[in-house]
Amino acid sequence: MKKFFRLTKERFKKFFKYWDLLMLLVQRDLKLKYRRSFLGYLWSVLNPLLSMIVMAIVFTRMFKRNIENFPLYLICGNILFSFMRDSTTQAMTSVISNASLLKKTYVPKYIFTLSKVTSCMVNFVLSLGALFIVMIATKQPFRWMNFMIIVPIVELYVFCLGLGLLLAAGTVFFRDIRNIWNVVTLAWMYLTPIFYSLDSFNDSKTKDIVDMSKLGLFIRRFNPLYMYIQQFRYFIMQYESTLVEVPCGVLMWRGAVCAGLMLIVGLITFNATKNKFILYI
Amino acid sequence: MEQILTEQVKPQAKQPEVVIRISDASVRFNIAGEKLDDLKEFFIKLVKRELRFKEFYALKNINLTIRKGESWALIGSNGAGKSTLLKLICGILTPYRGTVTVKGEIAPLIELGAGFDPNLTAEENIFINGAILGHSRKFMREQYESIVEFAELQDFMALPIKNYSSGMRARLGFAVATVTAPDILIVDEVLAVGDAAFQQKCRDRIRELLGRGTTLLFVSHAKPPVMELCEKAVWMDHGEIKKIGATEHVYWAYEQYLNEMKNK
Repeated sequence: MKKFFRLTKERFKKFFKYWDLLMLLVQRDLKLKYRRSFLGYLWSVLNPLLSMIVMAIVFTRMFKRNIENFPLYLICGNILFSFMRDSTTQAMTSVISNASLLKKTYVPKYIFTLSKVTSCMVNFVLSLGALFIVMIATKQPFRWMNFMIIVPIVELYVFCLGLGLLLAAGTVFFRDIRNIWNVVTLAWMYLTPIFYSLDSFNDSKTKDIVDMSKLGLFIRRFNPLYMYIQQFRYFIMQYESTLVEVPCGVLMWRGAVCAGLMLIVGLITFNATKNKFILYI
Repeated sequence: MEQILTEQVKPQAKQPEVVIRISDASVRFNIAGEKLDDLKEFFIKLVKRELRFKEFYALKNINLTIRKGESWALIGSNGAGKSTLLKLICGILTPYRGTVTVKGEIAPLIELGAGFDPNLTAEENIFINGAILGHSRKFMREQYESIVEFAELQDFMALPIKNYSSGMRARLGFAVATVTAPDILIVDEVLAVGDAAFQQKCRDRIRELLGRGTTLLFVSHAKPPVMELCEKAVWMDHGEIKKIGATEHVYWAYEQYLNEMKNK
């Protein structure tokens, strides 16, 4: 136990020693992301806005829906999900793409994963500008409660960091994960209520192969993204369907537990394998 | 055995503190029959129990004690384990057996500018590379001018590193790595790229650092810089230490050995 505390203390010391490196790496990612582009950081706002418009047009034409303020509903889900997808995809290759460096100098390896997730987070915060614009455009009233979105954002950040560490370590040994992950996130997207609401699962009259109400239950219970997105929507647009969905307070602590578990799993996996990275990168 | 030899070389009563102590360290690599980074293959082999690895010892039972302010040369043919030993000291590799203890800050020059991002400008890279070596941004801002001046690249700071020649890159990397007197400086065959004048400048800088108490580990296949800079030498062969002692003796033995091999 004593040894554990000493080790933890040393790790924190090391972390602060490399704090400046972390900041510089985050800066680098942001700089390179929009280098030589005319609109630069404006793209972080424009991108989610434009994709929201496309999705809104597609889904209002194709599906019947009964969601109030659909554009806002859509963009809430979309920016959170994009953050998850982008941060984990980039975190996944963070170790292998810095192979040349890791082979030649000693740097704590998680710094690269952490910096990728953090730079995606900065990008996400910029994309809140798009959310703001949609709120104004759809005349959504602003409330003090909106600031509570910090809770699901922090939870999602921790969750993605844990997942990113797990993926980064896994990808060192099996490059296949890179290819699989595309498909996984695609499936995950459809299993997350981004452009639909779980309410519609209960009143589906058509006979489906999958029992829709059971699927809805599954998503509510086991999809962490559902927890974060639903909280976020609650704080932004008071979206809470009393019919089937889980109350926000429950989502908050469930989301925190999920994020914590994911981080622990990620850290343990990463830590247990990090000394072997050098042989595989 | 090696331990005893080192003591004999410098039989003074009061010796400076030990900065690197390697005792009985081995590094083992698993060379897979074929390279496995494929999940499918891995499981097939796992099920078939064909997942055998050839064990390969890159370093075998290395014992080495290095004291503060000493300058060591590592010599030996390619693949002898010199770079592996340096990586072990840097903490890039962990020993399979044995222990490695290192006191102080290491500035590794295993490859100059390893941390350079080709898309960033030289200026931005100086700060990132400094941070990799553990320097704060504030410190790097203070030292920026002297780094640029040493590298003699004043006119090229706004240029992305991808447009740099390898010689220019080496200059910048060396200038950043030696901005402070590190406790331990590791130079692995990196000075060969610069022009003659710059090589001389680097050697002068190394000598200056040695005067300030830096410990040097130097790998080179060229004789003059080794003779010029290093008091002691380790001759490595096939992952083992073959001879250890004063540079002239070790180098002489190494050359004898090379001649023998040639005549065979």
